[in-house]
Amino acid sequence: MPSSWGVGACRRGRRRRRADFDILREAFVKYVVLIYGNPGSRKAWEGMSDEQRAAGLAYYQQLNDDLDASGERIVSERLAFPELTKRVSIADGTPMTTDGPFAEVKEFLAGFYLLDCESFERAVEIAGLIPEASFGVVEVRPVMGLHGPEL
Amino acid sequence: VTEVEGLLRELAPQVLAALVRRYGGFDTCEDAVQEALLAASQQWPADGVPDHPKGWLITTASRRRIEQWRSETARQRREETVALAEPPDPEPVAAVDDTLTLLLLCCHPSLTRPSQVALTLRAVGGLTTAEIARAFLVPEATIGQRISRAKQKLRGTRFSLPEAERPERLAAVLQVLYLIFTEGHTASSGGALNRVELTTEAIRLVRQLRAELPDDGEVAGLLALMLLTEARRPARVSADGALVPLADQDRSRWNAAFIAEGVSLITGALATAPVGPYQLQAAIAAVHDEAATAGDTDWAEILTLYDLLRVVAPGPMVTLNRVVAFAQVHGPSAGLAELAGAASDPALAAHHRVDAVRAHLLERSGDAAGAREAYLAAARRTLSLPEQAYLQSRAARLG
Repeated sequence: MPSSWGVGACRRGRRRRRADFDILREAFVKYVVLIYGNPGSRKAWEGMSDEQRAAGLAYYQQLNDDLDASGERIVSERLAFPELTKRVSIADGTPMTTDGPFAEVKEFLAGFYLLDCESFERAVEIAGLIPEASFGVVEVRPVMGLHGPEL
Repeated sequence: VTEVEGLLRELAPQVLAALVRRYGGFDTCEDAVQEALLAASQQWPADGVPDHPKGWLITTASRRRIEQWRSETARQRREETVALAEPPDPEPVAAVDDTLTLLLLCCHPSLTRPSQVALTLRAVGGLTTAEIARAFLVPEATIGQRISRAKQKLRGTRFSLPEAERPERLAAVLQVLYLIFTEGHTASSGGALNRVELTTEAIRLVRQLRAELPDDGEVAGLLALMLLTEARRPARVSADGALVPLADQDRSRWNAAFIAEGVSLITGALATAPVGPYQLQAAIAAVHDEAATAGDTDWAEILTLYDLLRVVAPGPMVTLNRVVAFAQVHGPSAGLAELAGAASDPALAAHHRVDAVRAHLLERSGDAAGAREAYLAAARRTLSLPEQAYLQSRAARLG
């Protein structure tokens, strides 16, 4: 189990770094944190004892509670394993589905957070609290918005 | 905005300040005021506005505050944790400066910027949580959490403010109001029917602030900047929703009354107050707004103002906008050389706006292929959908 799992890490995450205010900065931006699983993370999860699994879930619960309390979590979900993936394609105007798993896929989307937070730095800080980050497969992407700059 | 809504938003900070003075406890008073505002918004349109609307709201909110206090006290007695609840502890505050005092509190340094924005709109702007959430396109629960958490943090904070902290705290207030304005300054036109106009709200709040600080040059500068920017709004977006660059805007559609008021404000402020970043930005906006055509724009004046702004409030966007003015004065080749220097700043190195400026300058200097590549590079990095569409169409034109 990654050593960063624990409430201590959550608390550290609350520290705020206030970006220098640029009077010409753009509007508020939302961020998505994409959590990928891979054979390594899957093996780690499957090899856990009941206690370790419970501690892992409790860690996520605490993280979510903290992000709710700060008003930064819009939504987060954990996705089913890729065995349940259905791929959809359209051939001759007819939707076709193919059932997984897909052997060529090494990394799969395992969950996501949609965050409304102060800065890219803060979104990265939150992403660092996600246990899967220990396997190097957590990404942060800004969400595009409708704000229009002066041209 | 209906007449009742407008009246309620105007009275909200006054009622809240009156309650906090009487009972203390910003968070519980704010809850009580929200309930009173809600009651009024339901009753007044049907029964008519009472003769003394402010008195009605204070009475209603006070009643709610006392009910809350009683049930809280009863709960505490049951739990036997506190033998006697703290009696209301009114803190003596002068009856003037209500809006200012509340703004300074809502922009307390212990709160994050998004929390300051949400709390300001609710406690001072009199908006509901649902209205704020719609304006920022986030779920109501997110804003609700943010506000209640912010109020918890402020529990026990003094309503009045040590004089020494005031300049810094006022600067935070101006930033929050400016952020509210820029957030409202979106290119989206559709689906906006149920959205509060954040630009209008920001201008209204700065007007209230200016009423209490008429001699502050930066407050006047901020109001002028907002008016001079808002004036161009009718021409900023085409009928099909595309962004129209300043040079191509139909200037006959600009709001002449806003421009006149903004120019008069900034002229007065620059003549009487120490110069600051909002005044300089307002002055730049005024130079644009006063040009009858894009070709008449006094770019030398704008460049001088950016040179000053770079000293008073240096920042990556100031650097970049100065390059744009520099290129207008000295030509695209000199502009590209200046841009190369600016882009060595790590804060700008990967910024899409550098590519966008480079694209414009390459296009003007006749390098269509280079311009096209730079437009596309900028389009891939922007976070704004309307700007992306604009950059892609510029690239396609050079196709």
